[in-house]
Amino acid sequence: MSAASQQFEHDAERLTHDLRHRSLIQTALKKYEVARDSKKSRYQDWQSARQTAAEIKWDAVNHLNTYLEEFASKLEARGAHVHWASTSEQARQIILGIVREKNARSIIKSKVMTGEEIHLNEALEKAGLTVVESDFGEYIVQLRHEAPYHFVFPAMHLVRGEISKLFEEKLGSKPTNDPEELMMIARGILRNKYITADVGITGANFAIAETGMISITENEGNARLTCALPKVHIALMGIEKVLPKLQDLALFMPMLATAGAGQVLTGYNSLYAGPRQPGESDGPDEFHLVLLDNKRTHLLADAEQRDALHCIRCGACLNVCPIYRNVGGHTYGTTYQGPIGSVITPHLRGLQEWKHLSYASSLCGACTEACPVKIDLHHHLLQGRRNAMARYPVWWERLAFKVFGLVVNHSLLVGLASSLARVAQRLHPLIKGTRLDPARPWTRSRELPQVAKQTFKEFWRSRKR
Amino acid sequence: MNERENIFGRIREALRVQAPVPGAHPAGKGGAKVHTVSEAEAAKHIHEWLPPVGETFEQHAELFRANALDLRAEFHLLDDVREMEDHLRGLAASEGWKKVATHAGELTDRVCAALGLPWMTTDGEYDVRELESCDAGISQCEALIAQTGSVLVSSRSSGGRALSVLPPHHVVLARRDQLLPDLPTAFALLQSKYQSDFPSLISFITGPSRTGDIERILVLGAHGPRKLTILCV
Repeated sequence: MSAASQQFEHDAERLTHDLRHRSLIQTALKKYEVARDSKKSRYQDWQSARQTAAEIKWDAVNHLNTYLEEFASKLEARGAHVHWASTSEQARQIILGIVREKNARSIIKSKVMTGEEIHLNEALEKAGLTVVESDFGEYIVQLRHEAPYHFVFPAMHLVRGEISKLFEEKLGSKPTNDPEELMMIARGILRNKYITADVGITGANFAIAETGMISITENEGNARLTCALPKVHIALMGIEKVLPKLQDLALFMPMLATAGAGQVLTGYNSLYAGPRQPGESDGPDEFHLVLLDNKRTHLLADAEQRDALHCIRCGACLNVCPIYRNVGGHTYGTTYQGPIGSVITPHLRGLQEWKHLSYASSLCGACTEACPVKIDLHHHLLQGRRNAMARYPVWWERLAFKVFGLVVNHSLLVGLASSLARVAQRLHPLIKGTRLDPARPWTRSRELPQVAKQTFKEFWRSRKR
Repeated sequence: MNERENIFGRIREALRVQAPVPGAHPAGKGGAKVHTVSEAEAAKHIHEWLPPVGETFEQHAELFRANALDLRAEFHLLDDVREMEDHLRGLAASEGWKKVATHAGELTDRVCAALGLPWMTTDGEYDVRELESCDAGISQCEALIAQTGSVLVSSRSSGGRALSVLPPHHVVLARRDQLLPDLPTAFALLQSKYQSDFPSLISFITGPSRTGDIERILVLGAHGPRKLTILCV
């Protein structure tokens, strides 16, 4: 069992019994569900919108080389520097290189999931730089030295009391129970950070091949400020984010908002086409875009699961997933949690270490149903199990199924097994729940089904008499 | 080190095998509905799937008003520029504005001159601290979008990148003919207006700055403006 798998099992066990955690997550996600349903019902045809979105993404991902090339050359023509990174180490070095060249000391960041993926903050801090997260939720988890709990709602696992206490400890603020006051404390501190930061780092939600732009979706205005005030803007994004046409955003922007947070449109949807252009009064002098592969091409090479690269990171599959809702975000131990994380992490970080995530699913299909770009998530989880089994067979499971196959193919053996089972079940209470109990993982929380008093054959014979 | 070529090499290699088309069943499982994807086709239909917007200006204005209300933004449809000036004077008095920031423009010039307050502009080099200390940022826009209640701004039409997010109150001055029905129309406008010479920032602002990061409770005025007022003549 891999370390990641042990950690998953341990944390899942603990959190599924944590009733406070459960009620917290259920309350937050209930609010999301109500908002999402009301906004979704406004669409003239949500299902056709999903189909169209899936087709556009299919086109984009299956012609990735063409669109990526077009995107990069259009962006470069507007004075942007485009960098290419095959690995997270390369991406970190590129960003550190830019920051060092500019003699930068302080960095303001808006939410960058690819940054979490490559552990950018640690690398920057190790190099002696100050990095401040500006998204409110990210700021909170940064102060707690914690990973985001959810890639859309990073601080969903905390209540205001805990945040107030955190601010008291770390920022010396007065305790308060008012979410607005808490926000104001962070706003006050961060305002100055935007103005004094040398470099702003952002992610990107979409990239437009046709016009050479990146698109950033946010609610708070922190990304807008991050891209407006510092003299250097560095954006880090995965290579799969490209969309062919500017018009495509007319569909993707509202769908991301509705599926992700139950909004008509997210507060700020901003398109950036390079650094400050001639005749413009503000904005960064330099714009660097770092395009990250980090095994995305590995997922691309799997035609069966390639559509997992369609993901727009809305988080809808996490929000509806019965496993996520019970085990929580940190249990996954991954940058991308929930069903989509369970599908892509084995590709991005290794099948052997992460194959257990394919089993973190009840296969109910709620994720597939929720996905705005129609990724076949629950089938991919099933395929993940198959792939893991084919590449890393477990000898005792194979043996067990062989024996099972042998037994059920011979009626004599079936009869023998069921008679034995009846005896065994009568004796079971003697060892039930103890270490000797072979069915312990099951009987710890459930009752075993009763073996029938007679087999069908026995029943048939007795009926004839 | 040429990572660009390495990445493209891996992409080309990966794409040698075709992926199933969305909506089609896995090969051989029967009833496969295979249709080819055409970008131009898709774009034509987007407006048919999105929320309905109505036909007339009145319907669009009504929809924008309803969306603005939902978003806690203020929207006022006024008769003429004089009324706009009065409205803004009223706002300035009730909120006790001492200084405002704006940019050169047909509406902003007239209205700010009538405001009688000290003002700065963000048309050339400006001091960020000074902008931060202003009580309101007054800007024009590219368009208003009824479907979503959004204000479309750009670095060229609306005083740069910071004016619409740094001051605590963003006031948008718009003309009636700038109210567009939906998002596809807004993108079409951008494309026909700028061809390939786009401003470096284009932003769809939908309501005042907000966060739901604490217990999914809505808080306005996260990092950007706490108030958004849209005045349309």
